[in-house]
Amino acid sequence: MKQSTLIWTLLMVFGGLSLVAIQLFRGKGEVYVREVSVEAKSSLPDSAEQTYRWSTYQQVPEKEKDMPGVSLSLSRTIGLWVAAFCTLAIFSFLYGDNPLYKFTESVFVGVSAAYAMVVAFWTEIVTNLFAKLLPDLARISFFPDMESGVQHNWLYLIPLVLSVLLLWRLAPKGNWIARWPLAFFIGATAGIRLISYLEADFIGQIQNTIMPFIVFSADGSLLWIKSLRNTIVIVGVLSCMVYFFFSVEHEGIVKYISRLGIWFLMVTFGASFAYTVMGRIALLSGRLDFLFNNWLGI
Amino acid sequence: MLKFLQTLDRRWIFLLMFFAVAVPLIMGTTFPEKPSDQVLSVFDAVDNLPDGSNVVMAWDYDPASEGELQPMASAFTRHCALKKHNLYFMTLWPQGIPMIQRSIDLLESEYAATYKGKYGTKFVNLGFRAGNEGVIKLVVEDLKKSYSSDIRGTNLDNIPLTKNLKNIQQVDLLCNVSAGYPGSKEWVLYGSSPFDIPTVVGCTGVQAPIMLPYIPQQLTGMLAAIKGAAEYEQAIINHYPELNEIPAAKEGLKRMGPQLVAHVLLISLIALGNVIYFWERKQGTPQ
Repeated sequence: MKQSTLIWTLLMVFGGLSLVAIQLFRGKGEVYVREVSVEAKSSLPDSAEQTYRWSTYQQVPEKEKDMPGVSLSLSRTIGLWVAAFCTLAIFSFLYGDNPLYKFTESVFVGVSAAYAMVVAFWTEIVTNLFAKLLPDLARISFFPDMESGVQHNWLYLIPLVLSVLLLWRLAPKGNWIARWPLAFFIGATAGIRLISYLEADFIGQIQNTIMPFIVFSADGSLLWIKSLRNTIVIVGVLSCMVYFFFSVEHEGIVKYISRLGIWFLMVTFGASFAYTVMGRIALLSGRLDFLFNNWLGI
Repeated sequence: MLKFLQTLDRRWIFLLMFFAVAVPLIMGTTFPEKPSDQVLSVFDAVDNLPDGSNVVMAWDYDPASEGELQPMASAFTRHCALKKHNLYFMTLWPQGIPMIQRSIDLLESEYAATYKGKYGTKFVNLGFRAGNEGVIKLVVEDLKKSYSSDIRGTNLDNIPLTKNLKNIQQVDLLCNVSAGYPGSKEWVLYGSSPFDIPTVVGCTGVQAPIMLPYIPQQLTGMLAAIKGAAEYEQAIINHYPELNEIPAAKEGLKRMGPQLVAHVLLISLIALGNVIYFWERKQGTPQ
């Protein structure tokens, strides 16, 4: 084993064990909840009013753990420890690729995909398709609040058929059928996007660039910061467009304007990169805040 | 020394960055923020509305972007709650549902007098709809074509807030917090730009340069990354000093301490890298 690898391995193991020891010794990393009673009244047109009571649990700070009605939530405590473990396991990639990281990454991908699928099933297939095609059955099965006597909306058979055709790709024969719904989706999406981009990104941006070079206030004095800003925007847009205009050779004055365009582009890329760095640091501080505040209770 | 720096294990840089972020976070170091014009335009868009206006809160982000976006989502929610606005929550991201729940928890715990037990009359959770920009296109023209029921399956015609709401064009303001696609850009392309819906957004740093050209004609204002969130929190605290006593109302401000130290470290490392590069060139060290 290389010396640097040994040092880092010792650091990681020591750091991990220290965190667990601190946690066990301090008795932190517990989640407390307060039971909140909820009462609701409901009635159907042809029946008497009924009262329903149930409880919800609201998370409270640890300092309130001895107050009446507050108790330890075992499920949320386990969740907190799992979240802390997953965060540390993902961070372990900084040391180097390892089985712990790979396991946590796979769990994350799997859980995200499964979650998205379940949510989409209940919000789209059940609520938006099943309830439209068979409203009475949907009311009895899932949505007691749905009005009775809602008419079937047979138009929803079209997306149902398109979805079935799309799944035909998995069939051993005739998987070309899946191209028809795909063609419909691509055509519809292209049409919708074309109009919006033309309106908001093309025409809208031309309108936004039509601005005065020199700006005066109501009393006639020169607003030089606003004037400078407008000038930079106009010069920047024009020089960047010249840089991407390849129908004329970039020589003479065109060469200098396109070079100015490159400078504007470089500044834009730099700003984008800086914003990205800021975003990544914010994400890191978010996770560390979770570890220090929610888990370790520092 | 040069040899040492040339062969420095990158993990020492990671460790340095860890300390640069962790120490100010533990110490609770914060720095004063002065809200920029862009942030003030977002603040004014929410604050100048009459109390009890209708605001759509489109939370298009997931737990992966929570560190960057949760402070601004909470700040938007707090500000709207202070103005007692009627809130319509929705998301185009399946993982956005728990993010909406956080804002609802905030409303019910911090502003219980206005929002506790007022589901349907002061706020409503429309939940998630698949379809990306297709959903936006539908809700700006006919809300009930896309959302026939709320997240609990209650028909929108039976909810006081949505009963008479035909589409999103009827609301007073659209607030969007977005981590990518579908998000702020799509709301501008299919919502605010063609239908002139007053819109303010809060987005990640990665999206900020893409959204800047839409301001101010197609977009009223934008909170860019955690810096925007911190400035917005400061703007709210300046106008509502009672929030100074609530630590949760200063999440963005708290995250700016680590930002400063980490940026100083990054700039130092970039400068050091350049010094090493030019030193190598001067020494004639093989590249």
